[in-house]
Amino acid sequence: MAKLPNPEELSKIDYAPPSKGWMDTPTEFKPGMFCHGSKPKSLETLEFPNPREWRPADVDWKLPENWKQILLEGIADRLKKYRSFRLFMDICVRCGACADKCHFFIGTGDPKNMPVLRAELIRSVYRKEFTIAGKIFGKMAGARELTVDVLKEWWYYFFQCTECRRCSVFCPYGIDQAEITIIGRELLNLLGLNIEWIAGPAANCYMKGNHLGLEPHTIVGNLEYILDDIETVTGKKIKPTFNRKGAEILFVTPSGDLFADPGTYTAMGYLMLFEELGLDYTWSTYASEGGNFGFFTTNELAKRLNSKIYAEAKRLGVKYIIGGECGHMWRVIHQYMDTWNGPADFLEVPKSPITGTVFENAKASKMIHIAEFTADLMKNGKLKLDPSRNDHLKVTWHDSCNTARGMGILEEPRYVLKNVVNHFHEMPEDTIREKTFCCGSGSGLNASEDMDLRMKGGFPRANAVKFVHDHYGVNMLANICAIDRASLPPLMDYWVPGVKVAGLHELVANALIMKGEKERTTDLRGEPLPGKEQKEESA
Amino acid sequence: MRLYNGGLIITGIVVFLALATFPFYYNIGKANAKPDIKLEPAIKMSEERYGKKQCVEPKEWIRREHMVLLNHWRDAVVRDENRGYLSTDTGTRFNMSLQNECMQCHSSKKNFCDQCHNYMAVKPFCWDCHIAPTEKEEARS
Amino acid sequence: MKVLVSFFAVLVLALVAYAGVEAANLQYLFGVIIPYAAFVTFLAGVVFRILKWGSSPVPFRIPTTCGQQKTLPWIKSSKLENPSGLLGVIARMALEVLFFRSLFRNLRTQLSDGPRLAYGEAKWLWLAGLAFHWSFLIILLRHLRFFMEKVPLPITMIEALDSFLQLGAPLLYMTDVVLLLAVTYLFIRRVGIPQLRYISLINDYFPLFLILGIAVTGVLMRYFFKVDVVGAKMLAMSLISLKPALPEVQIGALFYTHLFLLSVLFAYFPFSKLTHMAGVFLSPTRNMANNSRAKRHVNPWNYPVHVHTYQEYEDDFREKMKGAGLPVEKE
Repeated sequence: MAKLPNPEELSKIDYAPPSKGWMDTPTEFKPGMFCHGSKPKSLETLEFPNPREWRPADVDWKLPENWKQILLEGIADRLKKYRSFRLFMDICVRCGACADKCHFFIGTGDPKNMPVLRAELIRSVYRKEFTIAGKIFGKMAGARELTVDVLKEWWYYFFQCTECRRCSVFCPYGIDQAEITIIGRELLNLLGLNIEWIAGPAANCYMKGNHLGLEPHTIVGNLEYILDDIETVTGKKIKPTFNRKGAEILFVTPSGDLFADPGTYTAMGYLMLFEELGLDYTWSTYASEGGNFGFFTTNELAKRLNSKIYAEAKRLGVKYIIGGECGHMWRVIHQYMDTWNGPADFLEVPKSPITGTVFENAKASKMIHIAEFTADLMKNGKLKLDPSRNDHLKVTWHDSCNTARGMGILEEPRYVLKNVVNHFHEMPEDTIREKTFCCGSGSGLNASEDMDLRMKGGFPRANAVKFVHDHYGVNMLANICAIDRASLPPLMDYWVPGVKVAGLHELVANALIMKGEKERTTDLRGEPLPGKEQKEESA
Repeated sequence: MRLYNGGLIITGIVVFLALATFPFYYNIGKANAKPDIKLEPAIKMSEERYGKKQCVEPKEWIRREHMVLLNHWRDAVVRDENRGYLSTDTGTRFNMSLQNECMQCHSSKKNFCDQCHNYMAVKPFCWDCHIAPTEKEEARS
Repeated sequence: MKVLVSFFAVLVLALVAYAGVEAANLQYLFGVIIPYAAFVTFLAGVVFRILKWGSSPVPFRIPTTCGQQKTLPWIKSSKLENPSGLLGVIARMALEVLFFRSLFRNLRTQLSDGPRLAYGEAKWLWLAGLAFHWSFLIILLRHLRFFMEKVPLPITMIEALDSFLQLGAPLLYMTDVVLLLAVTYLFIRRVGIPQLRYISLINDYFPLFLILGIAVTGVLMRYFFKVDVVGAKMLAMSLISLKPALPEVQIGALFYTHLFLLSVLFAYFPFSKLTHMAGVFLSPTRNMANNSRAKRHVNPWNYPVHVHTYQEYEDDFREKMKGAGLPVEKE
């Protein structure tokens, strides 16, 4: 792996495009900017074509003889299946409004990272093969032949897009590069051209129920550790249930929350909250993944992985499902799950057993976001909270791409956050809510071998954090996304040292006053609580 | 070919076609009236005055540029009190006046001016200031 | 290079029409045959294009949400930016189509030392785009006076408003000025911003020059080298009443040039990016309500997939599950 340049070097970004046209500029595979190729074992597990050993930097990608035919048929097939794809191939006027909205363009200056040009990579081939003008006028009409070099260019740049949809917000026609990248990656997968960081977790998820490949006993074991930590902090021993039939609620969260901090602190948060409420819920080891790396592969694989959630809900006979904090998981749950694997007519419309609130917004899919659930609890005053326990934290809020632009859950987490912390500062307006910036590692790019790419792509996000860090002393970046919790800590260490990362429910649990808990002296991370003595006096 | 959201799409296409072809069916059944300029009898005035049938400038030029000319006359008269106009065509001297020159020959606003102006949906602002002549002859004939 | 090719393409087209009429008397070709052919191509092409889009389904409900979703009643949802029902979608689309809502959000990203990223207002593209499209529409509507026997009041009113400054004679239309300025700005922007020049194709420059050509010939024959406007209307009326006939008077070659460039634009339209006019209505990220969890969306080509069932999972891990005290279906 190439050594990562220091932030000062990395932030010297040259935005001047090359003098030669982009069609004549060959793609250079720069180390640190791409991930390892998918391994044959992962593809075999997933029943994907062309499993073999290959390396992206190699000249020979070991493509099948008729690779071009496969791709062109693949494009034709998808043009028939997706109106979005056909439309987005036709109507772009190249106004350039999307160009400097992409975090990868801002961070790299590479013109092919402008969403418009990333789309043109595939659009140029579409013109050549599927439009009259392109067939007649060729390059004059912006058309070009599909060659191995073009294919490699696709691979390189479709894995330099995190499907964050920020471009789509600014596009006058709503052209969504995420949609084009999704389809571009589907096409690449027809030739076995995935990255291992996606194919591996997807294969894990398919066989074992979660991306990390945690087997059932490991899940239980990991949770034990987390429960021990909760006991240390609160003195309470919690006993959650797994795969329990007849529970009212199935809880599904990304497996990352069970694996490493700071995700594990978020898991502590869920456990403590549910315990305090006395919620009748169960975890599942079969459907132990809320996230969906299939979504970064093909529509079909995404559906295959997602099917487990409803299947498990049905098997266990629960009434409805609560989903944990995760970004792309919620894009999938919100915009795809019911269409793929519904109707969920065996479930009931979610109704909070604590407040009686009926979640009409989820009356078809029967799955609610935990931030919706918790916001409702707080609004109804069902939780005893001591936000001063978070007084050592100056918090800012990172809207995750998928939950912001593929769902719109903006106020619920803010409401929750404001109830549990006293120091909250928003980042600059143009970098939050629907205009939020990606962590730079979404859509399965959070590997270790593409650290250059991740630090560059995360630069705009980090820069906005730096602003509130410098101005308000912000030291905690809160969010509702497991990939954020995994990828933002290294990003912060690189660009804004001193800022830590937390899931929303970690902060909730910090503030949550539980029945029969012991006097807390530390937060969930074991760090001493501030102003302890003072509080005792006043109480 | 199967259509998805066919109802909406067909509706959209119908609306598009209806808008795009609107002038075609708007004109159906309407008489295709062309401008019908009656120069007689007033045109004789020109011969009486100047000894020949002539306008201020050549007819073709006047057809295209009369509004420029009148606008120029208006400025010259109102701003500079200059009423003399030398024809670039014949060198004849004319009085810069809509009603005392032009309309001496083209005496009927209705049969002359309005014919083309109405056809073209043009509303000249001459009559914002000038009092439009009442068309006596027209009433008689 | 691409700029020059596009510029000369339009120039040659203009010269062909001018010379064709002036030297070869091809008035009937340029005044009747080509306009008819272009208009039919336009209609058929646009309809075909829409049907083509319509033949592909929208398998998933994928609005790009640009505001707060509708959930709990006490949280104010963003009805326009994140509509949850039909009315909201209609309003969102209306804002998009009539006022270019999304483009209005445009920002300019700037990197300065520090490093520090700043996001500044960037409304010029929006303004020029809006000015261009609206003046084009108004000009198009104004032209209806050439195609209608008794010009209806709304058209004459548009015309009167457009010329209310009462500048010169014939009266100056404001939209003529605005359109020329806006198109010029859009062109300068395209060649002036390096990134934009980099992504631009002939497909981008050609329609710009074409529209500029149409506007310039129009302006020339209204204000400078006047043509026989009554003749022009007589030709237009003959075309529109499907009784094509050239008027007895000579209209002027400039008119035929104008008409020919317009014909080229109409014929080119359905095969180019200009179809965004129709396409914007079909964009699934804008024209759908964000209610996927409340209302089931059906994918017409949804098909059964190979899944790893719970039974298979339990078979794989039964002993380990039992060891960890997890309930199993089969002992």
